[in-house]
Amino acid sequence: MRRRLGGDSFLRVTLAAAAVAILILMLALAGVLISKSTLSISKFGISFLWGSIWNANTEIFGALPFIFGTMYTSALALLFGLPISLGVAIFITEKAHNFPRIGNLIGTLVELLAAVPSVIYGLWALFVLSPFVKNYIEIPLHNSLGFIPLFAGTPFGLDFLNAGLILAIMIIPTVSAITRDILNAVPNSQREAMYAIGATHWEVIWKSVLPYARSGIFGATILGLGRAVGETMAVTMVVGNQIKISPSLFSGGYTLASLLANQVFEASGKLFISSIIEICLVLFLLAFVINVIARFLIWRMTKGVHFRG
Amino acid sequence: MLVDKIMSALIIVAVAIAVIALVAILADTVIQGLPVINVDFLKNIPGPVTVPDRGIGPDIVGTFTMVGLATLMSVPIGVGAGVFFSEWPESRLSFISSFTNDVLAEFPSMVIGIFVWVTLVISMKTFSGLAGAVALGIIMIPIIARTTEESLKIVPRTLREASIALGVSRWKTVVRIVMSTGKAGLATGILLAIARAAGETAPLLVTALGNSFFAKSIFEPTAAIPLFVFDYAISPYAIWHSYAWGAALVLIAIMLALNLVVRLVIKRNVTTRAEI
Amino acid sequence: MEILEGIEIQSERVRNKLAENTKFQESTTELEINGLKAGFGRTQVLKGISLQIKQNSITAIMGPSGCGKTTFIRCINRLHELTPGATVEGEVKLDGVNIYSREVDPVAVRRKVGMVFQKPNPFPTMSVYDNVVAGLKLNGVRDKKRLDGVVEKSLKMAFLWDEVKDELKKSGSALSGGQQQRLCIARTLAVEPEIILMDEPCSALDPTATAKIEEAMVSLKKDYTIVIVTHNMQQAARVADYTAFFYLGEMVEYGPTQQVFEKPKNELTERYITGKFG
Repeated sequence: MRRRLGGDSFLRVTLAAAAVAILILMLALAGVLISKSTLSISKFGISFLWGSIWNANTEIFGALPFIFGTMYTSALALLFGLPISLGVAIFITEKAHNFPRIGNLIGTLVELLAAVPSVIYGLWALFVLSPFVKNYIEIPLHNSLGFIPLFAGTPFGLDFLNAGLILAIMIIPTVSAITRDILNAVPNSQREAMYAIGATHWEVIWKSVLPYARSGIFGATILGLGRAVGETMAVTMVVGNQIKISPSLFSGGYTLASLLANQVFEASGKLFISSIIEICLVLFLLAFVINVIARFLIWRMTKGVHFRG
Repeated sequence: MLVDKIMSALIIVAVAIAVIALVAILADTVIQGLPVINVDFLKNIPGPVTVPDRGIGPDIVGTFTMVGLATLMSVPIGVGAGVFFSEWPESRLSFISSFTNDVLAEFPSMVIGIFVWVTLVISMKTFSGLAGAVALGIIMIPIIARTTEESLKIVPRTLREASIALGVSRWKTVVRIVMSTGKAGLATGILLAIARAAGETAPLLVTALGNSFFAKSIFEPTAAIPLFVFDYAISPYAIWHSYAWGAALVLIAIMLALNLVVRLVIKRNVTTRAEI
Repeated sequence: MEILEGIEIQSERVRNKLAENTKFQESTTELEINGLKAGFGRTQVLKGISLQIKQNSITAIMGPSGCGKTTFIRCINRLHELTPGATVEGEVKLDGVNIYSREVDPVAVRRKVGMVFQKPNPFPTMSVYDNVVAGLKLNGVRDKKRLDGVVEKSLKMAFLWDEVKDELKKSGSALSGGQQQRLCIARTLAVEPEIILMDEPCSALDPTATAKIEEAMVSLKKDYTIVIVTHNMQQAARVADYTAFFYLGEMVEYGPTQQVFEKPKNELTERYITGKFG
């Protein structure tokens, strides 16, 4: 019964190499982004983050309009998308609880939303959603309430509002799927205790299930935010692509991601390129931090129960 | 209770919005895209707006080429890492890499595109299909690694023990027993990753760039269906808008086909018996 | 005269007793365990077991939950050490060779020491035929004739051949629980081990299925050495030649089954047998 090595070690080493490859990839990503932005970082310093001018000719670059655009559109995405996602999740786990076939059907349909490529969302938003919103929502609002800064400026349909709306639809699958898992993780004893004291179904949901799931739902929201922040194509097609900081929903704008999509080709000159990469770095860090926070919150609620990402 | 009824109604409204959005998107794509689709559309090259009967031939070929190449690159790394996470979970490398993998999976695809742009496009001084494939491959790896890990973790521990107890070496146990038992999940994960890669646009914008002609090698700018959709949608010509819808429909059809393959793969495995 | 007769009778008794003891010691030892200690991390499960398992016998390992019986047999086929954090010390000698020595390949040990698990675990993606020869095929045996022969022989020894001989291509998991367990036994036999370890093999089965497996065990005894962990005293009484009683990681008693059950030497054994705990 002599001892032999070989096969087992070989397999383990080979597989470990694959795992290491992933680490190297991540490090390379971070490393490249950081090293290639140093030129821009040294030129503009931290004020890059609140510089509101982005001019290739004068070679002055600042990220503020894009950070603003990203935040504004993402906030709108959460504003519209969260209630819908929550509604879908509550429907599937609470209302359709006793009709699993309906629950599964709705769940599958919502999952299909996740499979639609982002450029098709953009296409639809550009030719269907945006004209509709412009004509039936934006123009009436502007005509009646145009004096409020929120509704100022003639609406052309390619603006923060439309970008926010399409983003809202795009984050529904993610946020609702995770919220579903979170709501399912709420122990039944919580619900039963409330029912026992004579609460209605909605009261049970509102006063017992949701509060219990609070931090998990918050985590799901943050994850949705992460998706919205990184989304490029659909946003680029309807956000208007104007370098502007404006509170108006009907104003054209720009996000970090759409800047990258549009301006990479025009980038010439070391400073310009470096600034583009620094924008990418800002986006990277933003997405990274948001995702880590989200995962932590969700993990805390489900204590390691595996969730669908 | 009035509040109860109102909330229930609102919940239904929320579900309705989500479902209507999905139906509207798919329906519009079919309605707008179908009239444009014919054999010519699928094989011709795009051209000036004045020339009729243009097509997305190069884009279809480009998508298949780049996604195919990306799959070849990402499957070994993704499956390898996934198997490692599942079978050696106690290792510290496993923990760190798995966490990194999850973070990588959430990255904006544009960031990955820029990374490849900086490393491959600028150094090779050209946009290329290769760069596009690499970017897609990087996007696919975390998906494959995660689904592989999950599929193998479901395989019961007692099967591994049965194999080991027969005097089968660990590596054979992992490859011939564990992976064989979990192969449906593995295949599904790879197909899902392929579907995702086929639909990606942003990273290709800055790596493959797009091409109105059939690329003669992977070292040239290469066309892809989602790129076509984008370029032609934002163009000023109505006829090109309808081409964009047509291309979008082709893309959806590819997604659907991949989905069907997934269903067939899973169904087949339930009745199939593996040979060692 | 009576005194002489008395002495003669005494001598005879002494001689018989001596003969008995010699028989006990002369039947060949297959497995010799010396000072076996095992645990997980800082928990010590086995605190020093020393025991000799006789060739071609059935030895039952009994004791209350947590006494270390499963850990014990998992040390004999070197399965225990595969759990992260597991610790093992001591000697387990098979045919005179310590299986834990550095020169010994654990994989080879496991071909000589087979194991049947508590819940039947046939490979779900394989047919009955493929399950039986899994151990051989995975180690490179391809000769169809030889495999066919092994399948028939192993299934017959496991008392399963008649029930599945026309359905060898059926999936392994399509059999009933009892059949699956006999399939697992056949799978173990196909590799031609010397020792067969069984971890409560009948606990998930009904009495009919259990009876079939016990029938198989008794018939296998002539060619193999069997060590079975069981909770079931009646089962031990039915099939086991020897019984060892474990308590809190120590072996408290060991001897011929009949003697351990009827005249236990240790108070703990007696309390277990009379149902005071366990």
